[in-house]
Amino acid sequence: MFKTLTMTVNGREVSIPVDERESLADTLRNRLGLTSVKKGCEVGECGACTVLIDGEAFDTCIYLSLWAEGRSILTVEGLKSPTGELNPVQQAFIDEAATQCGFCTPGLIMSAVEIVGTGKRYSREELRKLISGHLCRCTGYDSILNALERVVEQTYKHVGHEGEAPGPAGHA
Amino acid sequence: MGVRDSIKRVDAYEKVTGAAKYTADLMPAGALVAKVVRSTIANGKVVQFDLSEALAVPGVVKIFTCFDVPDIEFATAGHPYVLDKAKGDVYDRRLLNERVRVYGDDIAAVVAVDEVAAARAARLVKVEYEEYAPILSVEAALAPDAMPLHPGVRDTNLLGQSSYRIGEGTYEEAKHSEPGLVEVTGEYGTQTVQHCHMETPQSYAYMENDRIVVVTSTQIPHIVRRVVGQALGIPWARVRVIKPYIGGGFGNKQDVLYEPLNAFLTQQLGGRLVKLELTREETMACTRVRHAIHAKVKALARPDGTLIARKLEAYSDQGGYASHGHSICANCVTMFKQLYHDQRVTEGDGYTAYTNHATAGAMRAYGIPQSDFITECLMEDLADKLGMDPLELRLKNCMPQGYVDPSTGIHAYSNGIRECVAKGRALFGWDEKRARYAHETGDIRRGVGFAMFDYKTGVYPISLEVSNCRMFMNEDGSVSLQMGATEIGQGADTVFTQMAAETVGLTEGNVHIVSTQDTDVSPFDLGAYGSRQTYVCGMAVKRTGEILKGKVLDYASYKLKKPAEELDTEADWVVRRAGREKLLPIADLALEAQYSRDRAERLFAEASIDCHENTISTGCTFAEVEVDIPMGRVTVLRILNVHDSGILINPKLAEGQVHGGISMGLGYALSEELLYDEKGRPRNDNLLDYKLPTAMDQPDLEAAFVELCDPSGPFGNKALGEPPTISPAPAIRNAVLQATGVHFNTLPLSPQKLVEGFVQAGLIKEVGPNV
Repeated sequence: MFKTLTMTVNGREVSIPVDERESLADTLRNRLGLTSVKKGCEVGECGACTVLIDGEAFDTCIYLSLWAEGRSILTVEGLKSPTGELNPVQQAFIDEAATQCGFCTPGLIMSAVEIVGTGKRYSREELRKLISGHLCRCTGYDSILNALERVVEQTYKHVGHEGEAPGPAGHA
Repeated sequence: MGVRDSIKRVDAYEKVTGAAKYTADLMPAGALVAKVVRSTIANGKVVQFDLSEALAVPGVVKIFTCFDVPDIEFATAGHPYVLDKAKGDVYDRRLLNERVRVYGDDIAAVVAVDEVAAARAARLVKVEYEEYAPILSVEAALAPDAMPLHPGVRDTNLLGQSSYRIGEGTYEEAKHSEPGLVEVTGEYGTQTVQHCHMETPQSYAYMENDRIVVVTSTQIPHIVRRVVGQALGIPWARVRVIKPYIGGGFGNKQDVLYEPLNAFLTQQLGGRLVKLELTREETMACTRVRHAIHAKVKALARPDGTLIARKLEAYSDQGGYASHGHSICANCVTMFKQLYHDQRVTEGDGYTAYTNHATAGAMRAYGIPQSDFITECLMEDLADKLGMDPLELRLKNCMPQGYVDPSTGIHAYSNGIRECVAKGRALFGWDEKRARYAHETGDIRRGVGFAMFDYKTGVYPISLEVSNCRMFMNEDGSVSLQMGATEIGQGADTVFTQMAAETVGLTEGNVHIVSTQDTDVSPFDLGAYGSRQTYVCGMAVKRTGEILKGKVLDYASYKLKKPAEELDTEADWVVRRAGREKLLPIADLALEAQYSRDRAERLFAEASIDCHENTISTGCTFAEVEVDIPMGRVTVLRILNVHDSGILINPKLAEGQVHGGISMGLGYALSEELLYDEKGRPRNDNLLDYKLPTAMDQPDLEAAFVELCDPSGPFGNKALGEPPTISPAPAIRNAVLQATGVHFNTLPLSPQKLVEGFVQAGLIKEVGPNV
C-alpha cells in the first residue's frame, strides 16, 4: 500500500508516495534519483547504502522508508556547498586516492562525515573500528584511513581552537 | 605531467560526488524485472515444470524455461575468439539449462512488472527433477565410474590436462643422480573463494529497431557482444553493448554472465526493456569463483639448497561449467617452473575436472595465487628441512636474469626479483626479526614469513593480444581519447590519460577520456584482464599519440614555416626542439587547423596494436604474525609487498593496487572460504557468513617498488594489477610456521583449522568439552 512520506532530503522538504514495504535505499534511488546510494548486499552487511539520518549513519537498505517520516536525510549529493565546493571529506578522498571502483565511496564518505562531525580526534585504530561496517574490496582501506585521518585532524584543529577558547580544558 | 606522476584519478571527482553512474543508476524507469529460477539440486535433469501457480501471480508477464531456449551451446570465458574452434573455449551451456550441474543452475526465468512479483513467481515455479548424486570433489569426478557431467563435450569429467618435463630425465631418475640429496614431499591445497566486487552483476537490455542493446557491468564489452550474438544465434553486430562505470570485477566480470539471457528476454518480449540484477547471494553462489586447486609436490635439493628437481601434480576443481576452464590450472602449473630453476628436471602435470560445485572462472591473478601457495609452501618446507634461511634458499634458486620460459617463449626482459628481496629485507628488518623469533614459546608466539612470485603481463602468446585507441583534437587544443579498454576501478582511465598527455605533449587537463565503452562507438578491445591494459593498451595509446603529434607538428610546420623536424610539443605548446622555446599554443594551432580557409584539417589519429610481446613481473611479501595458540587466531602485525612492475605510470595509484591486492590476499590466507554441504548447496553465500577483511582485520599495508625499466613496455612498465594478491597467503602461512613449527598446508588458516593443528602438534594440551 502506498503512503505519503514527508522528510527533508539534502536540505529540501519532500513529500512523496512510497510503498510501505519499501526500503529507504530504494526510495532515495528510484523516487528521488539519488543514485549515490548504492546497493551491494541489501541486508546491511556492506555499508554501500549508508546515509545520514538526523546526523547519524544508517544502512538504508534495511531501513524502511516510512521510518524516515519527519527526519532529515543527507546523501553525498547534498555535501557540496551551494557554489559547488567539495566537502573537506570529499576532497580528502580525492587527495588520498581513497576511491578506486568508487562503489563503496559514497557510503564511506557519509560515515566519514558523521565521524568528522563529532569534532573529536581519533586514533587510526579507532577509525578502523568506526568504518568497519563498510566493505571495500579495492583499496585495502589504507587510503581511506589516510583520508579520514587527514580530515579528522584538520577539523579537530579548527574546532579545537574554537573549543579551547573558553578555558584550558583538554580535548583528548 | 605525463607518466611517472601521481596525478589525481580522472574519475575521482565523479566518484566522491555520487555523480559517477553505474549500470543500475542508468536504468530507465518502467523496466520489466527478470528473475532467474534456480535449481534446488546440484546434479540432475529437469523433467518438467508446473508453472500454473507462478503464472497466476499478478504482474507476471512471461516465464521462459529451459525448454524454450535456442538449441545453442556457448562458452562464457572472456577470452578472444579463436578462429579454430577446436582450440578455443568449451561450448557447454545454454541460456537456460535442462541438464543441471550446479546448485542454483539457471533453469527458467520469470519476467514481471516489478521485483516483488518476479521474486514471488520464481518461488512458485514447481520443478520435477531426475536427481543424481552430486560430485563434490575432483577425486570423485575423476573416479573411473563417475558419471560424466558433460558427455556432449567430454567423455569423462576431465575437462583439460597439461604437462611438461623440462630438463634431463625424470624426477624419479633425479633421485639417484647424485648422493646426499634431500627430498621434501607435500600436499598443499587452496580453497574456493569469491571475488566479492561491491557491485553485483547488473544489466538491462532493450531493442533499437532490429538490434539488441545491453547495458552491463562488465570488464569485457566487446567479448560480451560476441558471446550474446553466439548464444542467440544472431549476427554479432546486431548486438550493442554499453559498459558504464563498474563497481569492481576482479575477474568475475571477465566472464559473460547473464547478458545473453537478458538479451534473449528482451528479444522474446518484442524489445521491451528488461532488467536483470543479481542479488549478493546469487553473485556468490551462481556466478564464478576462484578454482580450488589441490597439489602433490616433491622437491630434491643438495644440502646446500641447490634445487635438483621438482615435480608438481595439480588438480583443479572446475565446478559445473567450463568458463575459463583448464587455462587457470595450466597457468598454475606454468608458474611452478618459472619461479625457480631446477638443475636437472622440473615436471608439471595439471588436471581440471568438472564437478557439481559453483563454476570457477577468472579471478585476480588467474591460478597464480594457488600456484604460489603450493610453490612457496614447498620451498619453505624445504628450507625448514635443510635448516636454511628461507630467503637464502630462494635467492639461490629463483628465476635467473634473462629468463625465457621454454614452453611459451616469454622473456623476462627485466627481472628485479633479487632487488625486491633486498629492498624488502632491509625495510622489513627480516634478518633481525627472523633471529628474534627463532625460539618462540608460550601461548602467544610470533614469526615472520616470506614468499615471492612471478607473473606475466597480458596473455600473449597463449591468446591474441590486440588493442585500439582513437584520439581527435578539439578546437581548443585538447584531445578526446577513446579506448576499448575498460576502467574497472584500477585506474586505467587515469593512466591512459597520462600516457596520452605524455605522448602528444599536453597537460592532463587537456586530455578528455571517454570512460564508457559502447561497442557501436568505442575502438575494439579485449578488456580488463591479465594485467594487460597498461602494457598492451598503453602501446595503442602511445602509437596513436605519436601519429597525432606528427599531424600537429606537420600543421605547425606549415603555419610557422619551419621544418617539422625542428619542432616538438610540450605542455600544450609547440616548441623549438632545440632550446624548447615556446612557439605556438597548441590551442591556437587546433582552432586554425579546424577553421582555416586555406588548409582546414581534422587532427585525429587511430591505431591498432597486434602485440607480440610479453614480459614478466616479479615481487614478494614479507609478513609478521602473532599467533594466539589456544584461540587459533593469527594477527598479522606487519605485511609488506615489494613489486618489480617496471616503471610506475602513477605511483600513488600503483600503491593503491598493491594495498587492495594485499587485502584480498589476507582474506585468502585467513578468513575466506565458500563452503558447500553434502548436496552441493552453498552454506555461506552472503557477506555475513563469508568473511571479507574489514578495516579492523588488517594492519597498515606496506607497499614498495623496484622500478626497473622494462624495454618491452610502452613506458617501461609491466604487469601490476593482479600481482599484489599472489604472495600474501603463503607468506602468512610461512610466518605461522616459524611462530609455531606447525605446517598448515591448506587455506584458509581459520581458527578451527589452527586449533585442530595445534592439538595435533601437542601445542594445545587440554581440550575442553566445548571445543
